[in-house]
Amino acid sequence: MKRRQFDTLIIGAGGGGLRAALQLSNADTSVAVVSKVFPTRSHTVAAQGGMNAALSNVTQDNWHWHMFDTVKGSDYLGDQDAIEYMCRAAPKAVYELEHFGVPFSRLDNGSIYQRPFGGQSQNFGGDQAARTCAAADRTGHAILHSLYQQNIHAKTHFFDEYFAVDLLKDEEGHVLGALVFNIHDGEIIVIEAKTTLLATGGAGQLFRTTTNALINTGDGLGMALRAGIPLQDMEFFQFHPTGIAGRGMLITEGARGEGGYLVNGDGERLMERYAPKAKDLASRDVVSRAIATEVRDGRGCGPNKDHVMLKLDHLGEAVIQKRLPGIRQTCITFLGIDPAETPIPVFPTAHYTMGGIPTNRYGQVVVPVKDTPEEPVFGLYAAGECACVSVHGANRLGGNSLLDILVFGRAAANHIIEHLAENRYHLTMDENSIDKAMENLQRWDQKGKTDGESVSQLRDELKAVMEEHCSVFRNEDVLKQGVEKVEQLARRLKDARIDDQSSVFNTAKVEALELDNLMCCALATIHSAYARTESRGAHSRMDYTERDDKHWMRHSLYSLESGLDYKPVRTKPMSVDSFPPKPRVY
Amino acid sequence: MTEVQLPELSRLRWRCRRGMLELDLLLNTFLDAEYTSFDIQQSELFETLLDYPDQVLFDLLMDKMQASDIDIAKLVDSIRKANTKISREKANVTER
Repeated sequence: MKRRQFDTLIIGAGGGGLRAALQLSNADTSVAVVSKVFPTRSHTVAAQGGMNAALSNVTQDNWHWHMFDTVKGSDYLGDQDAIEYMCRAAPKAVYELEHFGVPFSRLDNGSIYQRPFGGQSQNFGGDQAARTCAAADRTGHAILHSLYQQNIHAKTHFFDEYFAVDLLKDEEGHVLGALVFNIHDGEIIVIEAKTTLLATGGAGQLFRTTTNALINTGDGLGMALRAGIPLQDMEFFQFHPTGIAGRGMLITEGARGEGGYLVNGDGERLMERYAPKAKDLASRDVVSRAIATEVRDGRGCGPNKDHVMLKLDHLGEAVIQKRLPGIRQTCITFLGIDPAETPIPVFPTAHYTMGGIPTNRYGQVVVPVKDTPEEPVFGLYAAGECACVSVHGANRLGGNSLLDILVFGRAAANHIIEHLAENRYHLTMDENSIDKAMENLQRWDQKGKTDGESVSQLRDELKAVMEEHCSVFRNEDVLKQGVEKVEQLARRLKDARIDDQSSVFNTAKVEALELDNLMCCALATIHSAYARTESRGAHSRMDYTERDDKHWMRHSLYSLESGLDYKPVRTKPMSVDSFPPKPRVY
Repeated sequence: MTEVQLPELSRLRWRCRRGMLELDLLLNTFLDAEYTSFDIQQSELFETLLDYPDQVLFDLLMDKMQASDIDIAKLVDSIRKANTKISREKANVTER
């Protein structure tokens, strides 16, 4: 088996991974970046909105106000030291990107343009702030391409279209690299690394209706969980109320802003019942729950009654073409319908994984050891959507995810540089760890095994179960049934099979390994959601409608070995006073 | 006409894995519907298109931008048409 050695192995080549790689390559460390797709096809490219930083270019602003908004947005589950660090670092992160070549949109005076987003305030909850920097509507694309070019220049070593199977670690729990294989020809490589950074993104593919690309299968989260590292706050998953049912693409709030409204299977305007005043313009969580409730109570539309309809046709073709051309195009292409004539089938769509691999603000992966809630795992780091640092807590604010990946990608790299200075030699590879990873890979190679269930069928079932039992409609019964169903699916997956046994571009095997990872994420998500008997941020329970700070202002930790555990929220910032929990009203 | 053989299809399929859900759906739907009728030229042209950055592909396929290369423009058009056709068929099935 081929072996390669690097100072640092980075798994995932989105914005977080590439930002870290650049910092490390520029510091003359040897860096390998493993990515299952070509780096510029990472999901960062889909982040069109922008990146928050208190630059005061459009409205007066201050990192401390940004911090307040983020803490409040997190419904007080975010760690305030990490949030302070991120908000203070934000302006620098923007200027760095500018130097890397990101063409930020400009004001007439030449400074960076900033647009207002929801949840942004001045003076700790006062007037609207304009805090989001953007490169037109292609910010993620611009960031990803600039970082990739910089990395090529800095001679970062890329393993493109390689799939990372499992982390390698010794008996003391030191992480020593990963087992990967080349998707082109199946060649297996042991990458030995003094430090490993997971930057694999989110797990939106857990749900049937999601805005996430097919690559978002929570690979790093699965690897971490199998390596004995718990996943944190996985019950917090952000949903948008109106995605195209069964397909996932977002129909923006703008459609309802222009006068569109939701109807159920009986043709009723459903929001009149849930929000008599605001109706279809009620807040996202209210609209999401209303849709899910209608479907659950048998008032859905379509042959399976599994969605509701967004009506726009009353607005007339001219208005739709003028104000909502993108939505019209999306519907014609993906649904074969014109919203000027036919209502759009919609359902809440999964968008962002707030939970993830627990880290501190240096990007070190931290786990509870005896009485210490946050003991760093030697040699292991995580950054970006796969990590839970936790700056988003129970709910992420728009414009904070690009900021998160860049700030903590860089922070992790800086800590890795210090670590490498103190740990100059590779530790001895643990051969048992390689054998174990090989077992996980080779279990899909059993030739002639024909009696197992197919991977694609199990994946579709898992996504449907997660949508029915763990999306926006959550209560004791629904979640309890969901736990049983996911556990059962996890057992069935052990006997699943794939037909393709070739070594060249065996995408069936990749999809099987991805399902292993998704199953890990599903277990963590549904168990954590079932246990949390309160409503906070994106986790909303019909049977426990209030936030319960006394019992639940704490982070969930789910591990395969010991189930659920909890740790306190870090309420003490680095330098300023804490923001104590208050009702989250806007 | 040369039929596209495995693993060529698997390779193309993997290259249709993109950073945006819309591209995943558009490209894979087209590949599923049309790849058996690909000849060498069409296969090469499709690969050329797959080399485009995601954002450019998105703008082309969502009709926000026109390709200057006539062959690429035609291919983009057939990808869009194949998707709309299949979506219509699905929508009609659902209606019934």
